[in-house]
Amino acid sequence: MTQYTIRRLLLAIPVLLGILIVTFTLARMIPGDPCKAMMGEKATAEVCARFNEQFGLNKPIYVQFGIYMGNLLKGDFGSSIRFSRPVVLILAERLPTTIELGFIAVLIATLIGIPAGIISAVYRNSPADVATMVVANAGVSMPVYWLGLMLAYIFALLLKDTPFWLPPTGRISAGVTSIPFYEVFEWEVATKGTFQFYLLEFLGNLFIVNSLITRDWVVLRDALKHMILPAIALSTIPLSIIARMTRSSMLEVLKQDYIRTARAKGLIERLVILKHALRNALIPIVTVIGLQIGHLFAGAVLTETIFGLAGVGRMMYEAITARDFPIIQAFTVVIAIGYVFINLVVDISYAFIDPRIKLE
Amino acid sequence: MTTTTAEVTPDVAIKDYRSNSLWRLTLRRIFHQRSAIIGMVILAILILIAIFAPVIAPYDPEQVLIGVEDVKKRGDPCIHLLGCPADQPQHLMGIDGNVRDEFSRVIYGTRVSLFVGITTVTFAIIIGTALGAVAGYVGGNVDNIIMRLLDVLLAFPSLLLSITIVSVLGKGLENALLAIAIVSIPVYARIVRASVLSIKEQQYVSASKALGGSHLHVLLGRILPNAVPPLIVQGTLGVGTAILDAAALSFIGLGAQPPTPEWGTMLGTERNQVFTAPHLVFFPGIAIMITVLAFNLLGDGLRDAIDPRLKQ
Repeated sequence: MTQYTIRRLLLAIPVLLGILIVTFTLARMIPGDPCKAMMGEKATAEVCARFNEQFGLNKPIYVQFGIYMGNLLKGDFGSSIRFSRPVVLILAERLPTTIELGFIAVLIATLIGIPAGIISAVYRNSPADVATMVVANAGVSMPVYWLGLMLAYIFALLLKDTPFWLPPTGRISAGVTSIPFYEVFEWEVATKGTFQFYLLEFLGNLFIVNSLITRDWVVLRDALKHMILPAIALSTIPLSIIARMTRSSMLEVLKQDYIRTARAKGLIERLVILKHALRNALIPIVTVIGLQIGHLFAGAVLTETIFGLAGVGRMMYEAITARDFPIIQAFTVVIAIGYVFINLVVDISYAFIDPRIKLE
Repeated sequence: MTTTTAEVTPDVAIKDYRSNSLWRLTLRRIFHQRSAIIGMVILAILILIAIFAPVIAPYDPEQVLIGVEDVKKRGDPCIHLLGCPADQPQHLMGIDGNVRDEFSRVIYGTRVSLFVGITTVTFAIIIGTALGAVAGYVGGNVDNIIMRLLDVLLAFPSLLLSITIVSVLGKGLENALLAIAIVSIPVYARIVRASVLSIKEQQYVSASKALGGSHLHVLLGRILPNAVPPLIVQGTLGVGTAILDAAALSFIGLGAQPPTPEWGTMLGTERNQVFTAPHLVFFPGIAIMITVLAFNLLGDGLRDAIDPRLKQ
């Protein structure tokens, strides 16, 4: 398995390189001068020359790419043109929001989608099945941002003054501050710019994880409350797709002879379904979950915009419109690495789900 | 036992054979699919709405009603049957932020969305089929180069890629359409390639080659017609996705520009008013959902009807 993993990671390098080249050229094909975009339309030629010099934009594009690749290998993503801050720092601030949002969304989608699909398959053509499939069909047809807005309207306005009220925007309420665990435990703060510093910054920004470590229940409650609506909005499409895939995969398996055998030998129905059927139906379900995690980033652009969350998706959209090349490139690379990683995890999980599958 | 064959008269057998031709069988199966029928009915209604939009819509979708009628900006829906005073002008879905009749805009939006869905998918299918067919038929390095390039396209989240392409081309509905079409090419290319790979090993293809058929003849005349069914299924489902993506691009301001009555644009311009005028967000969203749902139901039904593995 180690050998397989290493080979897969090596095979990912050309794909990542391709992605880098495509983003690099695409980002530079976006019309408009980053200097004009940043310094304003009235920026003089002299100001722009200095600006281009500072960000290395005056060199030929292949030289720029060479420099960029060299820095990348050293772990340096460069500085944002718009914010004049290291891209790594921006990543350390933004990525946690999207990871938490995505994780909760996938959790909701899986924990509801799989049982719903199983019930649908087992009680095929029952009212429960019809209802689940109607909801699932509506779920994949719904615009995420529309659902988000409607949820915000219902939970933030209609249910105001009830215990079900939920905040429509932001990650944490005003007045509540999440203190990073390294400050709570009074760790020696790493020097700025080192890998350790960015890592601590990244972990500290995972508000939910951080509040669990520091046992700050007020922050935990608040952060979770803020995540519920965006996570529900983001989870609808994956949930519907997982439920549908679980249903069709289970229906396929339930027709098999070994299920009849299991029933014939007097096994209780719960075991037949969960142990014999579900286990064999899992491969397509896991595949579809992996694919959906990949699609989450696209949904995150819209969800984060609606719910005012400062995450990767929203940042990416802003960076594209502001021609902030270093951010576009770095974020694309991170998303692409995420894709590669998820695909690898899915492929490896096959071997665990079905021992007959050999990783070669 | 031998008498059984004698009982079957030849003409009955031929009749059965004829009525069970592949297309008829498929068509019959489609009409047995509940979801396909529901999808087709909704779609037929939507097409009628799109064609007869000027008749159905009480107002011009871009007409500002200031000075024409006594209505407020973002006014609530007024339906006479539901107790709205009869002396007030009827606005089924209320008035939008620019004092236009929301119902008329939603009705005209059907035209835009159906056009968007069908043109993008047609474009993507044509290019995707060409690439996939060449890759599958020629094979070797050509196949490798085409498919790896498409892999790079697939590695991006589709919405982000469309945003980037629209940023390069400039915002507007046409460019958004092009972006969505480009992004969906790999799916069709892969489907066609897979079909071509399996069909080109069939005996009738070898026979056609042996009879002296040119590559183009074999590919267009013998292989591609048999690769059509999965394309129809994916294409139908793809129209729904294309409509959703186009609406999303318009929602963030990169697609159709106001005052075009496009559902995504309508949602985007009023999204900050969701707490004060929820109807302006609700109706365009429902319209998108129903349209996409129709294509998804039809696509699912077609897949169940065409895919023989799912035959009961």
